[in-house]
Amino acid sequence: MTAVEIAGAVRSGEHSAVEVVEEHLERIARRDGGVHAFLHLTADAALERAAQVDEAVAAGIDPGPLAGVPVALKDNLCTRGVPTTCASRILEGWRPPYDATVVSRLAAAGAVALGKTNLDEFAMGSSTENSAFGPTRNPHDPTRVPGGSSGGSAAAVAAGFAPLALGSDTGGSIRQPAALCGVVGAKPTYGLVSRYGLIAFASSLDQIGPFAETVADAALLLDVIAGHDPADSTSLPSAPPSARAGLDRGVEGLRVGLVTELTTAEGLDPQVVARTREAADALEAAGAKVDEVSVPAAVYGLSAYYLIAPAEASSNLARYDGVRYGLRAPGADITEMYVRTRTEGFGAEVKRRIMLGTYALSAGYYDAYYGKAQKVRTRILEDFDAAYQRFDALLGPTAPGGAFALGAKTTDPLTMYLNDVCTIPSNLAGHPAVSVPYGVDAGGLPLGVQVLAPALGETVMFQVAATLEASR
Amino acid sequence: MSGWETVIGLEVHTELRTETKLFCSCANRFGDEPNTNVCPVCLGLPGSLPVLNARAVDYAVRIGVALHCQVQPSIFHRKNYFYPDMPKDYQISQYDLPIDTDGWLELPGGKRVGIERAHLEEDTGKTTHVGGGGRIHDADHSLVDYNRAGVPLVEIVSRPDLRSADEARAYVDELRAILVATGASDGKMEEGSLRVDANVSVRPVGSTAFGTRCEVKNMNSLRSLGRAIDYEVARQVRLVEGGGEVVQETRHWNEAEGHTSSMRSKEEAFDYRYFPEPDLVPVVPDPAWVDGIRAALPAMPAELRRGVAHAAGMAPESDAVVTVVRLGLEPFVTATVAAGADAGLAVRRLANEVASEIGSLANLGPEQFVTLLRMESAGDLTTAQARTVLKDMLTGGGDPAGIAAAHGFEALGGDALEAALDEVVADNADAWARYVAGEDKLQGLFIGRLRGATAGKADLAAAAAILRARRAAGC
Repeated sequence: MTAVEIAGAVRSGEHSAVEVVEEHLERIARRDGGVHAFLHLTADAALERAAQVDEAVAAGIDPGPLAGVPVALKDNLCTRGVPTTCASRILEGWRPPYDATVVSRLAAAGAVALGKTNLDEFAMGSSTENSAFGPTRNPHDPTRVPGGSSGGSAAAVAAGFAPLALGSDTGGSIRQPAALCGVVGAKPTYGLVSRYGLIAFASSLDQIGPFAETVADAALLLDVIAGHDPADSTSLPSAPPSARAGLDRGVEGLRVGLVTELTTAEGLDPQVVARTREAADALEAAGAKVDEVSVPAAVYGLSAYYLIAPAEASSNLARYDGVRYGLRAPGADITEMYVRTRTEGFGAEVKRRIMLGTYALSAGYYDAYYGKAQKVRTRILEDFDAAYQRFDALLGPTAPGGAFALGAKTTDPLTMYLNDVCTIPSNLAGHPAVSVPYGVDAGGLPLGVQVLAPALGETVMFQVAATLEASR
Repeated sequence: MSGWETVIGLEVHTELRTETKLFCSCANRFGDEPNTNVCPVCLGLPGSLPVLNARAVDYAVRIGVALHCQVQPSIFHRKNYFYPDMPKDYQISQYDLPIDTDGWLELPGGKRVGIERAHLEEDTGKTTHVGGGGRIHDADHSLVDYNRAGVPLVEIVSRPDLRSADEARAYVDELRAILVATGASDGKMEEGSLRVDANVSVRPVGSTAFGTRCEVKNMNSLRSLGRAIDYEVARQVRLVEGGGEVVQETRHWNEAEGHTSSMRSKEEAFDYRYFPEPDLVPVVPDPAWVDGIRAALPAMPAELRRGVAHAAGMAPESDAVVTVVRLGLEPFVTATVAAGADAGLAVRRLANEVASEIGSLANLGPEQFVTLLRMESAGDLTTAQARTVLKDMLTGGGDPAGIAAAHGFEALGGDALEAALDEVVADNADAWARYVAGEDKLQGLFIGRLRGATAGKADLAAAAAILRARRAAGC
């Protein structure tokens, strides 16, 4: 059952939320041993919450648009009293004293949180192999990765553990695993969804977004979590666009641009390009006008991203110092305690990015690295703006290829980084983008295409995404 | 130190008197139980985000306007360094785009000191090192109180326009008065709500190039600021005259031992890796709002001094006027002027008797004060009596006539004064002859004798006038 169906059935009293949750918990119990989507399950709390939803329905109270719908939460979202680790040793055992805004909004909408999902440590990675608590496996093929960093959430939806999940996307961390797991994953406009309670990786790029099996479910979840939050200064004050409003509109007359730089990016599997072109044809068949468009600065996206994101991360992750919470490795003095705590607490990829970022911000290097990267960011935004003068939405591949084997890219960080080449430009621009499953590769593994839209263009983005989904 | 000119620039941190902290809704309150005014935001817990306190911006604008600064659109940066009392291991501060820039402050003597900038930032927590030498690296353990973490600060940076320890103290004194007048700060240096660092250098008189400066920290009173600067200037001059060179560094003032010592050199200086704070948006003050704040600001000390000085017929930089304004006593002068009484006398009484009993000011009402002035001016009380009555009014309250009566005070004037003078003149006939012959200074002798003979009750001003009149008349 989709989230839309579950919510409808629970609200009408046709299905009990407890039954729905029990079914999903049972599926998790049976299969998650081989997938490892979850780091922490909150089964008791979920059943209790489901019972409350059922009581509300019985009492004639509408529990909300996500009534009784199980949701999996990426473990970098703060959950009051529930362990929140970012898949890092340094936060092992830490229980936040508060809920992230999105978690509160889910609860208020009647959703039932099942637990916390695995990720690359502090969301740094593209395969979920950087988790301190072991990798997640792709439900379509357990020898392969689910993508990352939100691999646990993507795998949970793909495995049927939950119809909905939340992830976070800094450079593609929702869309790439969605593509690799064959589910829908959207990164909203920067500022559309509150970041309060999302443990920061790179604050100017991070956005929380939905995973779902269907485009309609993703739209439903996005509409619930979107909207201004006074606790996040970067949260947009304007009324949020409706994702669901785009679902039934079709694409008749829409102008869609196929982004040259994304279809010719380094290391792309030709099968991915082929699926993207088929998607373009499908849109044309549905009445859209499709043309090639260039976003020239997009080719510098990866380089700029790997300066900006590590720079912000080096500062965001400074607080894990052993003084107040999480891991503390004692030392003879404060410096030794800092060094030992951070040496033992962080994994290799996190350390690599902290060092990269620290260097990029250092006196004498700032202008050449961070400053220059910000200029690239401005250029990318300008190039996108120019493209959106002519097009309502853009199209490109999500990931360079299908799911790869565990361990295939762990020895060379740069190869791993290339996974985000098609997704990063949207983060740098602050624009929304959604990955929709579109066909499979020769091995039968799912591939995804990406719909990009201008800031607050979620409605048109979901028009295109729904059309693509229907054309498969 | 002849031949050398001292150059000083000051960095003053002031805590703002907001109800809540700079980026969260925790109480901004001094002296509470440790770690009671804390939340996820000011503890820097993972996932928390800052939201700027509008009142703090209001205060920063008030300070900028009072210091004649440009109030401009500004952004926050992160200043990155590790320290246990800083929960995020970075401080949110303003860097190359501060809210206030390019202003000036006028010292009581009329000198204008340039203000380079004033910017908003968050305070750190407070660390207590237990055991060892009281420093972090040899402590057995350290206790951190995060109540102060996130308290709003404004840092005010002067230009290097100050030329002596006295000027530096006068600057801080004046700045403190301005901060209090704006309502932005309570100005309490002892409680740490006003903290001063001094950049000190020396150069040969006549030179226009700056010498190498040292930043001196840890002065917790105006007195220690003056001592630290004097010490540092002497140290630098001695160094340079001995053929050495001043090394740019941060130095720590040791109040007990009266000297500065090196904290860290330029090479050891932190690389703060400043970058724009991505969790906050630019602060863009609406010009109309800034104008409203400017219009609503009360009179600043310099303006008050001019008003008091004008009323009293004194110079604005005179000690009495400066004291009256510093102690916030100008309403008494205003009341005096309104009642048509002697404002000069008012300022003298306020700057002396009232100033020395300032803790009891609540007992003194402006009306009673003016009544006392009138009694003295009319000769109903002598100066000495008026002082005694004023002291009693301050310590115990009450009206001046009642207090004077209780003391049995009445000024000796008229016939009784003439009679008393007759006796003094008769007892000092020799001196009187010399006084009549032109020895002016002998007037003091008669006044002194008269004071003794009348037990201080004589109206001495009236007596002096009588003496001069008698001499002129040749009797």
